[in-house]
Amino acid sequence: MNRSPLAILAFLLAAVSLVLPTGADGSGILLVSAPAILFAAAAVALFVAPSMAALIALLVLVHIGAFCLIGALSSFAPTGPSSGYWCLVVAAWLLAWLAVQRLASLRFRSPDIQRLANLALPVLFGAWLLILWEITVRGFSVPTILLPPPSMIAARIASSVPTLWADFQQTFLKAAIAGYAIGCGSGFLAAIVVDRVPFLRKGLLPIGNLVAALPVVGIAPIMVMWFGSYWESKAAVVVIMTFFPMLVNTVAGLAASGAMERDLMRTYGASYFQTLLKLRLPAAMPFIFNALKINSTLALIGAIVAEFFGSPIVGMGFRISMEVGRMNVDMVWAEIFVAALAGSLSYGLITLIERAVTFWHPSYRT
Amino acid sequence: MNFIRNSVVPVATVLLAIVMLWYAFAIILNAPFERDQAARAGTTISTGQLIANTMKQERPVLPAPHQVAEEIRKTVFDVSPTSKRSLVYHGWVTLSSTLLGFALGTLLGIVLAIAIVHSRTLDKSLMPWIITSQTVPILAIAPMIIVVLNAVNITGLLPKAMISTYLSFFPVAVGMVKGLRSPEIMHLDLMRTYNASKAQIFWKLRWPASMPYLFTSMKIAVAISLVGAIVGELPTGAVAGIGARLLAGSYYGQTVQIWAALIAAALMASVLVSLIGLMANLVNRRMGVRA
Repeated sequence: MNRSPLAILAFLLAAVSLVLPTGADGSGILLVSAPAILFAAAAVALFVAPSMAALIALLVLVHIGAFCLIGALSSFAPTGPSSGYWCLVVAAWLLAWLAVQRLASLRFRSPDIQRLANLALPVLFGAWLLILWEITVRGFSVPTILLPPPSMIAARIASSVPTLWADFQQTFLKAAIAGYAIGCGSGFLAAIVVDRVPFLRKGLLPIGNLVAALPVVGIAPIMVMWFGSYWESKAAVVVIMTFFPMLVNTVAGLAASGAMERDLMRTYGASYFQTLLKLRLPAAMPFIFNALKINSTLALIGAIVAEFFGSPIVGMGFRISMEVGRMNVDMVWAEIFVAALAGSLSYGLITLIERAVTFWHPSYRT
Repeated sequence: MNFIRNSVVPVATVLLAIVMLWYAFAIILNAPFERDQAARAGTTISTGQLIANTMKQERPVLPAPHQVAEEIRKTVFDVSPTSKRSLVYHGWVTLSSTLLGFALGTLLGIVLAIAIVHSRTLDKSLMPWIITSQTVPILAIAPMIIVVLNAVNITGLLPKAMISTYLSFFPVAVGMVKGLRSPEIMHLDLMRTYNASKAQIFWKLRWPASMPYLFTSMKIAVAISLVGAIVGELPTGAVAGIGARLLAGSYYGQTVQIWAALIAAALMASVLVSLIGLMANLVNRRMGVRA
C-alpha cells in the first residue's frame, strides 16, 4: 500500500505533541480530545485502504480536530500556546492537505458528483485558509490592528448589518450600478458608430487601447469637484472607467464575424441593420461579455476609490477611510468582505447570463 | 505611405478633435465664473474678452490644455528635481514603488503559475481562488494596508509596492498558467520520447512557449501596478507621489495641478507599457519569431 509521507509526518507530529507542553492553563476536554482525533485521522490515512469511505472519514475527523484546536485557543495562559499545540496544528494541516490531494486525484463516473468534488476542493482550501488564519492570529496573539481573526470580522459583520447595508446601497446600488449601466451602454453605442465609420475606427481604437491602460481612477478628484460629493460624481468616475473597455471590446467583437457569413447575409439581400442584429451582434457577444466582466470589477473599484476624495457620511469608501483612521480594522475587513461578496456575485451573475446568451460558443458546448 | 494614411492621419485627426473639444469645454465650463465676476463688478464683458479670460483662470473648472502644459513645463524644468514642488520628484516616488511592486508581482505570478501547472491539487484548489481574487475590488484594501503597515513601523516604499504586487500578480499568474500549458500534446509527447526530465521539459519547451503570454500579461500588470501605487499614496496624508499631488490638488482646488499630475501619470503608463512591448519584440526576435 502506498503510504504518503504527509500522513507519516502527521502521525509522528501527533505522537510528539503528547510529550511536549501545550502551554494550557488546565487540561480542557477539547485539548485532550484533539490529539486523539488527529491520531485517528492519521491512522485512517495510513492504514485504511484508500476508498471513498476512508476519505470521508478522514475529512470529518480532520475538521473535528480543527474545531477542537480552535475551541482550545481560549484556554491558554496569556503567553499563548507552545510547541505541543503547534505540532497538532501542523499535523491537522498536513492531514487536510492530504485529503484535498486525494480528493483531487479521484475520478468520478457521474458528472454531477465530479462537479460537486470540483466545487469542494476550492471550498476546502478556503476553509483551511480561514482556519489557519484564525489559529495563527490568535495563537501568536498578533495585534488585531495588523490582522483581526476571521471570527472577530464575522462578529463585526453580524453586529453592524444596518451600517453595511447603507454603505452598500450608497456605493454599489446607486453609484456603481448607475455608472456601470451608463458607461457600458454609451461604450456599446459608441462602438456601433465607430464601427460604421472606418476612419474613426482607425483613429479612435489606438487611443481607446491607450486609455484602457491609463490610471483612469485619477480622474476621481476632478469628478468630485464637478459633480459634488454625492453619488453622482462616483457614477461619473465609473462611467469614464467602464466606457473604454466596452468600446474596444465591442469594436473587436463586431469584426469577429467571418467574411463567409457576411457574404451569405449579402446574398440574402440583408440590410445593414439586419446584418448587425442577426449576425454581427450575436457574434460579438463573447467580446461584449468579456468587457462586462472586466467592467464589473472596475465599477466597484471606481466607486470606492472616488469616495476617498470626498463623500457624504455614508458609503463603502468613506467607511473604509474613516475606520482606518480610527484603527477599527475589523470594520474595514467587514466592508472588504461585503465588497468581495458583491464583486463575486455580480461576476457570477454576468457569467450565468453569458452562458444563456452565448450557449453556441465552443467553450460552453459539451 | 500606407502607415501614414492608415494610422497617423486618423489618430492625429482624433487627437486634434479631442484638443479642440477640450478647449471648447474649457470655455463653456469656465464662462459662468467670468460672467459672475463681470456682473459683480457691474460691467458687461465682450465675448472676445470672455474667451480670453477663460483661458487663464487661476482655478478653472477645466483648465485649458496650454495651462496644463505650462504647469508641467514649470514643475518639470523650472524647479530642481529634488524639490518637493517638482513633478519629477513626485513621479519618481510613484515610479519606484510601481517598479518594485511590478517586479515582485511578476515574480510571484510566475512562481504561482509554475506551482499550479505542476501540481494537480493546487490547480484544483488554488486556481479558483486566484480567479475569485480578481472579482474583489483589491484597491479598496489599499489604504488599509498602508495605514496598518505604518502602524507597525513598516513605512516608505514597501507598503505601496505591496499593493502594486497584489494587483499585478494576478494577470501574470493567469497568463502564465495559460502560457505554460500552451505547448501542444505532440511536443510534450516528443519530449517524453526523448526521456526529458520535468526540469528539461520546463526549460526547453514550456518556458519558451509561454513567452508571448508573459509579455501580454506583463503589459496589463505594469499598468495596474501604476494604478496601485497612485491609490496607495492617497491615505498617507499626501506626502509624496502622483497620488499625493492629486489629493493635495483636490483639497486646495488646484485643478491645474490635478490635471498636470494626471497627464504625467498617463505619460508614465504609456511609456512603461511601450517599454514592455519593446522588450517583447527583442525577445521575440532572439527566439526567431517573425514580426
